[in-house]
Amino acid sequence: MPIQPLIDAATAETNLAEVKRPFTPQEATTEADRCLFCYDAPCIKACPTGIDIPTFIRRIATGNLVGAARTILEANVLGASCARVCPTQMLCEGACVLVDLEHQPIRIGRLQRHATDHVAALGIDVLPAPGEPNGRRVAVIGAGPAGLGCAAELARLGYAVTVYDKKPVGGGLNTYGIALYKMRPEVSLDEVQAIARLGVAFRFGVDVGVGDEAAQLLRDHDAVFLGIGLGGANRLDIPGEDLPEVVDALDFIEGLRARPLDEVPVGRRVAVIGCGNTAIDAVTQAKRLGAEEATIIYRRGEQEMSAYPFEYELAKADGATFLFNTVPIEVISNDGHVVALTLATTDVRDGRVRVVPGSEWTQPCDLVLKAVGQEKQIGLVERLFPGLAIDAKGRVAHDPVSMQTNLPKVFVGGDAASGGREVVNAVAEGKKAARGIHASLTGEQVRGPVQPSRLGMPDGATGSGFDHPIRVHELEAALKQG
Amino acid sequence: MADLSIDFAGIRSPNPFWVASGPPSNTAYQAHRAFEAGWGGVVWKTIGEPIVNVASRYSALHLAGMRMAGFNNIELISDRSPETNFREIAEVKRRWPKHTVIASLMVDTRERWHEFVKRSADAGADGIELNFGCPHGMCERGMGSAVGQNPDVAETIVGWVMEAATIPVIVKLTPNITNVVFAARAAKRAGADAISLINTINSITNVNLDTLVPEPFVAGRSSHGGYCGPAVKPIALNMVHACAGDPEVGLPISGIGGIATWRDAAEFVALGSTSLQVCTAIMHHGFRIVDDMKDGLSAYLDSKGMRSLADLRGRAVPHVGDWQQLDLHYKREARIDYEKCIGCNLCHIACEDGAHQCIDLVDPAPYGLGPGRVPGKPVPKVREGDCVGCNLCSLVCPVDGCITMTPVDTGRAAMTWHDYQSRLASGAMQPIPPHP
Repeated sequence: MPIQPLIDAATAETNLAEVKRPFTPQEATTEADRCLFCYDAPCIKACPTGIDIPTFIRRIATGNLVGAARTILEANVLGASCARVCPTQMLCEGACVLVDLEHQPIRIGRLQRHATDHVAALGIDVLPAPGEPNGRRVAVIGAGPAGLGCAAELARLGYAVTVYDKKPVGGGLNTYGIALYKMRPEVSLDEVQAIARLGVAFRFGVDVGVGDEAAQLLRDHDAVFLGIGLGGANRLDIPGEDLPEVVDALDFIEGLRARPLDEVPVGRRVAVIGCGNTAIDAVTQAKRLGAEEATIIYRRGEQEMSAYPFEYELAKADGATFLFNTVPIEVISNDGHVVALTLATTDVRDGRVRVVPGSEWTQPCDLVLKAVGQEKQIGLVERLFPGLAIDAKGRVAHDPVSMQTNLPKVFVGGDAASGGREVVNAVAEGKKAARGIHASLTGEQVRGPVQPSRLGMPDGATGSGFDHPIRVHELEAALKQG
Repeated sequence: MADLSIDFAGIRSPNPFWVASGPPSNTAYQAHRAFEAGWGGVVWKTIGEPIVNVASRYSALHLAGMRMAGFNNIELISDRSPETNFREIAEVKRRWPKHTVIASLMVDTRERWHEFVKRSADAGADGIELNFGCPHGMCERGMGSAVGQNPDVAETIVGWVMEAATIPVIVKLTPNITNVVFAARAAKRAGADAISLINTINSITNVNLDTLVPEPFVAGRSSHGGYCGPAVKPIALNMVHACAGDPEVGLPISGIGGIATWRDAAEFVALGSTSLQVCTAIMHHGFRIVDDMKDGLSAYLDSKGMRSLADLRGRAVPHVGDWQQLDLHYKREARIDYEKCIGCNLCHIACEDGAHQCIDLVDPAPYGLGPGRVPGKPVPKVREGDCVGCNLCSLVCPVDGCITMTPVDTGRAAMTWHDYQSRLASGAMQPIPPHP
């Protein structure tokens, strides 16, 4: 039997409402007052876009919310969505010095949301006006975080920018792929509107992967930015994978926007394959849409999951169950519809996963969501720009500072370049590529403004996270070794 | 447990903690509650000709999350009749004979002073406090701080009071004066038994930036008020010390001004106070705060081997004197404990921009990882020798015990400014070169 919607509209709205409510003004002021206003603060280093966090928090503390939002959005044009989707515990909040003092970092993400919500609610534009037109044109392929980050920075530098995306609206993953209880698509769409007001042109519903569209773009523009992200879910390569109830987790998440929530079909027994953050988004939303059972199936152990600890906790709190060291062998159907999964126990030795012979069992389920990573779009890249160099991991090869590829007019950023990182990394890489494009075309290096809380810092020894990206957990891992 | 009882100018009190004259000491009901909570005394809200108050009356200075760090009022003296007040004082004294009740008074003519002094004694009050300090409303009518700011007038009025007084008389001094000692000496000359200080300080706490009317708001206007609360403690301590250290004053002191904890109380006693008066802290938290004040003060005295408050009283007075008496050769420098440092760099930027540029941010390599969990983060390092020992870094550091000011042995004998001038004059030494 095909799967059906399971809950009414009111329940759906309640279940998928934002998990983290916004701060009240008093909560925001109280939290902002806790900030020590560090000089050359580690939170700035841990922010890939290098937001001057102490400065914006001080502005919140004094009631200057518009100024706070300006500090945020000048550094990170997607500051409103990053406030909601950034894994702050792993970035700015993880680096907060108060973790060392009282174990409770400043809740930077929620403060950032407080400031950006304020200007959004009042319709105040705080992005700096676009630069004087310099007569140069750049095409941006992909209206996701990387493309938007690139387009906004180019507009500021005076470029005529056109952004192409095959989807009907912009925002990319921020609009289509974030769990609804974290962020509503409207936040992302507002950001696209703000960038459009900088004079950036958007061409939606255009697939530049057909015909010689890309070659034409390359001929007509001074540079092209490639921000195409990743493709569909990796295949499981097991029998039954093409049944109608075996779905990409990201497609399932995107589908929550396509129709009213009480019309979204969901299984009563949902199995999510994989244990990254997308798997968590999928299992949690399936549970909130009425699934009686929602189970994560992961071939490795609990310690090896790529989901962040707080995501794992959220899913457990929502009643999701976890089968570790378990792998799907076959999707079983009846009458053309999924009814069960054959699972087997695994044994991980020296990092290699082996199926334990004879350990198979059958687990009833009616919806399988695949979240075992997204495919690299190697085919699309080769079709777009023949000769573009791709590295061994399937990523578009590039210079880490300028984001320039082996084709001098082509620059890259976001997941197509990194293989899959956070939204905030994509915004930063887009911005970096914009500066790389500017340097390549004019020979001028763009420098960020000197931030009040870092005035006078020599560049080399310190640097914001934009110049010297730091991810606390990666560094901690490095530290454990060294 | 150390003995907290006091004898203040002949007034015996079970403990030094008195409710200061103000809103918390307005009625018998409040006095009963105060004594039930453990207060040793109540200084009644100032009695005089009944006045008319306005709404609103209070405003405050909130500082980064701390409410009422400073407090301001434009309330006047008691708005109840003298009959009611004296009747209630008598009632309270009957129920609490061993506790202290002081009648605070403010009237104008000699006759009225005589009358109110006599009525206070008749009501059974243990003493009288003369309100020469109220800085708003009453001073415009020739009373309150208008009296306290003019030592000659104060002396005259204290004289009138002493003519009729049969119980101890305390003169309450205003801080809104160039040198409080002159007023204290006037009280002494006129025969007063004790002084209490400080009254509130003239203030405007804040301006409403939407209406541009300061608070407290009264129908589109405001008025300067009297400032008190934790923020005024340093001013009060200085004035208490000035009176305690002046050989001509020589009167028992009731310390007032920002006392909220036993620590504050101990400091006021160490600088010469015998009784202690509290108002703002009660207005903030209620009478119950006296519980820890008594307990903490007793425990402190015990921990120092002191058997009573007399063992502590005035002990800090000789440690404060003129700047000229300080040792020019004494040296201390900041030391940073890298085990405790969290890497906020506030010490660096405070020293760099706000003081003497003696703390560098340096490569952490020689110190291992350095503070915090972000590798490669520079560490603050004091340039020893250049540090002038000003304390600023240790004051801004958010971590207790991270920056300590450590004495440095210069090998030189102590030399005061006076010594220095003498040695220069005699040619025994060359001038100390100016700081580069």
